Amino acid sequence: MAPVLVLAEHDRDSGAVKKNTLELLTIARRLGEPVCVWFGSGADQASSTLGEYGASAVYAADSAEMTDHPVVPMVDVMTALVEQLSPAAVLVPSSADGKEVAGRLAVRTASGVITDAVDIDEHGVATQSVFGGSTIVHSKVTTGTPIFTVRPNSVPPEAAPTTCAVESVQVAVSDLAKKAQVTDRTVAGKGGRPELTEAAIVVSGGRGVGGPEGFAIIERLADSLGGAVGASRAATDAGWYPHQYQVGQTGKTVSPQLYIANGISGAIQHRAGMQTSKVVVVVNKDAEAPIFELADFGVVGDLHEVVPRLADEIEGRST
Amino acid sequence: MKIAVCVKQVPDTWAEKTLQSADSTLDRASADGVLNELDEYAVEEALQIAEAHGGEVTVVSMGPERAAETVRKALSMGADSGVHVLDEALHGSDAIATSAVLAAALAGKDFDLIIFGSESTDARMSVVPAMVAERLGLAQLTFAQRVSVTGSDVTIERVTDYGFDTITASLPAVVSVVEKINEPRYPSFKGIMAAKKKPVETLAVADLGLEAAAVGQAAAWSAVEDFAARPPKAAGTVVTDEGDGATRLATYLTEQKFI
Repeated sequence: MAPVLVLAEHDRDSGAVKKNTLELLTIARRLGEPVCVWFGSGADQASSTLGEYGASAVYAADSAEMTDHPVVPMVDVMTALVEQLSPAAVLVPSSADGKEVAGRLAVRTASGVITDAVDIDEHGVATQSVFGGSTIVHSKVTTGTPIFTVRPNSVPPEAAPTTCAVESVQVAVSDLAKKAQVTDRTVAGKGGRPELTEAAIVVSGGRGVGGPEGFAIIERLADSLGGAVGASRAATDAGWYPHQYQVGQTGKTVSPQLYIANGISGAIQHRAGMQTSKVVVVVNKDAEAPIFELADFGVVGDLHEVVPRLADEIEGRST
Repeated sequence: MKIAVCVKQVPDTWAEKTLQSADSTLDRASADGVLNELDEYAVEEALQIAEAHGGEVTVVSMGPERAAETVRKALSMGADSGVHVLDEALHGSDAIATSAVLAAALAGKDFDLIIFGSESTDARMSVVPAMVAERLGLAQLTFAQRVSVTGSDVTIERVTDYGFDTITASLPAVVSVVEKINEPRYPSFKGIMAAKKKPVETLAVADLGLEAAAVGQAAAWSAVEDFAARPPKAAGTVVTDEGDGATRLATYLTEQKFI
């Protein structure tokens, strides 16, 4: 079986393999034999998890140069691996880094690229959910090594244990990669919650939250469910919540198991970022708000009443 | 300092976007075309850098005839000149071909900075700035929430899942900017009038030294097999809160095994 090259991502702090990587491995097994590429340290510890989900090898590139320069060193290594392994396909996460790696790798290896796939079948036909989830598209790469970026929460990860060998790769980083230098990494934002695009549960607040202090009850509800916090553009534009948490057409696209929209009217711009969520719950005092069209369960009521009581209920029920 | 800003005309955010059954390409004619919102931030950033350091701003766009409006919009904001790559052969081009066309239009013009919006609101791929940097062999400083130019260096803050990374390169470089990096100006009446007189060069694919057969839908390296509208969602349960809304919602979440 031909190898399928998977870019394995891990949490920068804990070194833990990201859930999206396990999803990619699950999809990769339909196309061939998954092998991973790993950037930075920690491949040895991760190899057991990668093997559990079917990776037979992990190619570890852990020189400091890999992380001293953005994006391009990863492309240098993956170009070499594509030449060496002739994989049936390359799968990378739909993160900012992942998409840029995919784009540059496509140019370098003269290959077609499909971004934001939500599924890929055994024939390499990708499913995409476009225009804010209103249209489902099936497409295929027709030239070169098919390169796909895959959205988080696309498929449930399924284990398929095998033995994963760790191989160190030494690829000289190109002069092109060295043109840009990372000089500092700053941690900002609200720590301690799952990453927004990867979270199984997202609790969002919009204009109805009323102000920055109103987000305290949104955060409390998110924490009671172990979820991430999102915000509509109205809320981030008003400065009530940091911009990086904006869900919508010009923000993050999320596809969690459960999305709770609080005080969000549901303009196209917001729906584009959350329409593919599996279960949608709405709390809004305006019964006419278009977001109710997407609701599996909706409560017409004041979120300042409903949300704190819901958090109480959840904390009560889960103890 | 010579700055290029690459912009794209996209269907208005509020418009219904559909694919055409004939060739599975975006129906651009049925919706109003607007300057891609994230590109407005790119134009504004270019203007601010040119104002602070001196220099001129060139707007570069690839698109159908109507995309000329988008070039004018950027000129009315204050850019100095425009380049519009217009050719029937470009219809249905993928990101690979688009990046080749833009790179050809930008090459050899000695731009110090090439600025993009970080994604278009129609295709949402976020790959073209990286592809253009790859093709031109320039430093890539993308997803910037802040850009500063000091002497011959450019430094950005790249937005990450953790916060941001500070990244530096020598000019020339390719930069892409995220939403909210600045407050894009509205074109003034004077700006709109002045834009009508600003030079816009219209180039065909052959003018860029590219083969028409290397661009467009037939040359794309990926192809749509089929598409369909998402089936409408079945109506859910909606209750009015009479003091019991939270309890009923908690019961629903328990049934769905979220609690």
